[in-house]
Amino acid sequence: MRQTSLNTVYEMAKRDPRVVFIGSDLGPDTLKQLKAELPNQFLMEGVSEANIVTMAAGLALEGKIPYINTIATFLTRRCFEQIVLDLGLHKTKVRLIGSGGGLVYAPLGPTHLATDDIAILRAVPNMTILAPADAVEMHRLMLQTLEVDGPVYIRLGKGGDPVVSRADLPCEIGKAIQMREGRDALIVATGICLQVALEAAAELEKQGVGAGVLHVHTLKPLDVAMIFEKAAPVPVILTMEEHTLAGGLGSAVAEIIAEAGFNPAKRFKRIGIPDVFPDQYGSQTSLMKRYNITASHAVDTVLKLLKTSPTSHSH
Amino acid sequence: MLTASGRGHVGAAFSIVEILRVLYDDVLKYDAKNPRWPDRDRFILSKGHGCLALYAVLADKGFFPEAELAKFCASDGILGGHPEYGKVPGVEASTGSLGHGFSMGVGFALNAKLDGHKHRVFIVLGDGECSEGTIWEAALCASKHQLDHLTVIIDYNKQQTYGTIAEVQDLEPFAAKWEAFGFSVCEVNGHDVAALKNTLAAVPFTAHKPTAIICHTIKGKGVSFTERNLSWHHKTRVSAAEASSLLAALATE
Repeated sequence: MRQTSLNTVYEMAKRDPRVVFIGSDLGPDTLKQLKAELPNQFLMEGVSEANIVTMAAGLALEGKIPYINTIATFLTRRCFEQIVLDLGLHKTKVRLIGSGGGLVYAPLGPTHLATDDIAILRAVPNMTILAPADAVEMHRLMLQTLEVDGPVYIRLGKGGDPVVSRADLPCEIGKAIQMREGRDALIVATGICLQVALEAAAELEKQGVGAGVLHVHTLKPLDVAMIFEKAAPVPVILTMEEHTLAGGLGSAVAEIIAEAGFNPAKRFKRIGIPDVFPDQYGSQTSLMKRYNITASHAVDTVLKLLKTSPTSHSH
Repeated sequence: MLTASGRGHVGAAFSIVEILRVLYDDVLKYDAKNPRWPDRDRFILSKGHGCLALYAVLADKGFFPEAELAKFCASDGILGGHPEYGKVPGVEASTGSLGHGFSMGVGFALNAKLDGHKHRVFIVLGDGECSEGTIWEAALCASKHQLDHLTVIIDYNKQQTYGTIAEVQDLEPFAAKWEAFGFSVCEVNGHDVAALKNTLAAVPFTAHKPTAIICHTIKGKGVSFTERNLSWHHKTRVSAAEASSLLAALATE
């Protein structure tokens, strides 16, 4: 996904002189074509993320559209105040491309895991947060970022993620995508959890349970109307994210459901990372298993919720 | 402004009065009636808490009506306890949290260089602010890009909130640090208008190098009871009597 995102920056930079790429200390051949062809649109500024974010805000106030890339957690945690004040408050058109969102850097340990990036950035006014499901969707969303007012964060997955997004469906920043219909349950997913949710929905179908899947690639501004509309007819709602349960997609959906005051009440659960620092290395997949971010756990959870729901269609 | 709000960073404003006066009288190119004029020189008060001095100068130059000064920190005013971009004509960046304005100015200056514009960038830093790591990240970056159209002016009044700079977090050898980071450095009495004019007229001192001007100043300069008096760093509940004695002192001293 990272390679596609950088290629997309190159593609946009060729068309639009406002686009400037800024890396911190990336691999030696990063965007070498851009550097060779358009040297004024390529900057590599060293391990100084806080300065880079504010400097990018300065460039943006002068009319540039900087795309900054480095490891997601170094952008979001380290530069939080720069993001809040110099991007959010100034409403600057700076784009943060966060490599390794979620548990991607499992072997590198908790210093490198971006498990709270969405929660952190949801609190920043004027911010747009994107978590595409795969490289194809990322490309479609990235092309739209040129026109977004204010800062944008793009959460990248591991790369080589199976393509589950659909070219036949519209993909627009701020609009959730109904990937699958189902009258018994709704699974709301973001990022690469879309593939897990689709897998769970397919398994549920085999067991006679119709589970819809709503893909929320834009976490901010959240498509509240669509989430409400799709949640309203089903008795059971499940959220899935590769992110801490404190403040991410699950929290956002819970807020919508709680405030909607559905009667009878919905049965609702969140799947995500609990309030811990991951204590194992391994791989993204092994950590997702450790925290039950799996299709089989989603299936079990939906089935359990259906059993307790007074209005379930599938008894 | 003090009378209106009963508060303000008085000491931090008084130490930069001459610096701002010289910048806006003799150095910066600007059009107060068209504050976004593309060819203007950019100025950032990175030590945003010194904004009382900036507001007075901007009003005097006609960026906004002087009546705004009486609404300092009022809910319907544009002049807050720290200057805000988008609210105050002439303010290029919202500052207040220290260690941001320099990097922002590097962005402005880098943009000018990339696009071949001729305008310059001036940034006033506080000395206490120079404890922030981002100051030195920005210094490395300005030097790497050879931003000789960028000048940082450091208000070295040697005092911060808790006590002296020397006891809280010593900056010495200060000039040597800037030199080591690739700046052309000059030290000047920050209250000597003629010296400031000469120094600022001479930037850049060296082609391809950004400039650092270390201004030796006195916190609270100009009034006997505010000079070097830490209780005037950020004064709240300024009484009518204190405000009028300040005004009287300014009129006579």
